[in-house]
Amino acid sequence: MQAALDKARQEEPWPLAKNTLDLLWSNLSAAREKDLPICQDTGMACVFVELGTDVHIDGSFEAAIHEGVRRGYTDGYLRKSIVADPLRRGQHRRQHPRRHHRSSGRRRRQHHHRGPQRLWQREHEPHPDAQARRRRGGLPEIRAGDRPAGRFQPLPPIVLGIGVGGSFDKVAYLAKKALLRPLDVPNPDPYYAGLEQELLTAINELGIGPQGFGGQTTCLGLANEQMPTHVAGLPVAVNVSCHVTRRASATL
Amino acid sequence: MQYTLTTPCTAQDLAPPQGRRYRVALRRGVYRPGSGPQADDRSTGPGRTLPFDLEGSAIYYVGPTPERPGEVIGSAGPTTSGRMDAMSPRLLDLGNKIMIGKGKRDAAVKEAVVRNGAVYLAALGGAGALMAKSVQTLEVIAWPDLGCEAVRRLTVLDMPLTVILDAHGGDLYLEGPEAYRNR
Repeated sequence: MQAALDKARQEEPWPLAKNTLDLLWSNLSAAREKDLPICQDTGMACVFVELGTDVHIDGSFEAAIHEGVRRGYTDGYLRKSIVADPLRRGQHRRQHPRRHHRSSGRRRRQHHHRGPQRLWQREHEPHPDAQARRRRGGLPEIRAGDRPAGRFQPLPPIVLGIGVGGSFDKVAYLAKKALLRPLDVPNPDPYYAGLEQELLTAINELGIGPQGFGGQTTCLGLANEQMPTHVAGLPVAVNVSCHVTRRASATL
Repeated sequence: MQYTLTTPCTAQDLAPPQGRRYRVALRRGVYRPGSGPQADDRSTGPGRTLPFDLEGSAIYYVGPTPERPGEVIGSAGPTTSGRMDAMSPRLLDLGNKIMIGKGKRDAAVKEAVVRNGAVYLAALGGAGALMAKSVQTLEVIAWPDLGCEAVRRLTVLDMPLTVILDAHGGDLYLEGPEAYRNR
């Protein structure tokens, strides 16, 4: 993410946008100097675990993850931003529940992702212009007017995780998982790698720019994850996140 | 182009950055209001008198991270201003001159900015450490029982801000991208 931000500020032609990216860059050194989080919204922890088939765990693995996240937010002076109820909200902020996904693998690896959670999901029947959509591999055509509904808007530069295929529940998982891929690593499938590049170029031609002030740098990068789906459907999910999205992984 | 502002300020003080693409460095005095329903009711409910002076004030919409021991404030970037849209026109009519946050505002807020010769400035979203560096002092000035929603007075030095809405009806969120596309 830092490398992508640095590259963007070198390449940004619009003066106000370049100045804004320079300020975002200086925020990173301010955070190091003051030992502060880069953003006050320390998000919602999302843990991906690949658990080896021969691993045996005494006690509750899930409780251990929850306790680890709780300690991290408390000891690290991170803001607890989770409200107890999605509709009634409530004043009692805590950092619970943690969301985690588990899959089996040879090693046990934890990816920790955090950032603003703006999930934008839809599952739809083939559209009348399904042919055109298929040519684009089902990737959404993003226009300036396409914004998540409601008052919460991520401020550019953004990063996007896109899920295509699977089922209603799986496509959101794919979009989130896509955010784990480093921004300089393209999709292993050249067809999707091409679509990723095409979509990134189209987004940055919108001119929204850093913080919405205008400029070239609207999206720092995007990644798409795809999987087989039903012949009559085309689920697509877009996880809109921003330039403070961070990920860490560890093998235990 | 940079312009330096100090609060309390008047519509005259705010005239130079109006209608121009200015960066503003705020020198002093920001109220950090609560954004919860209780704070909203107390600040703008009918028949209420505010326990702090709004005349010429700047209000910063922020929910910082907890401060480390011995520090003034934690990471303190702006929060989404749209959730203050219902209250802002009344606060502007009562003398608030500078709103600081991030993101788009509704038509009623834009009208109130024009009517009162006020400004809406953007702090940098996702730059919480940089914004925190400009905060010199912090004190709770009203409703301490609301905890993190209590109103605080911040003293800031050269807080880097950008003019979004001005008294001429300008809106950088519309004009900025348009100017870039027409370059």
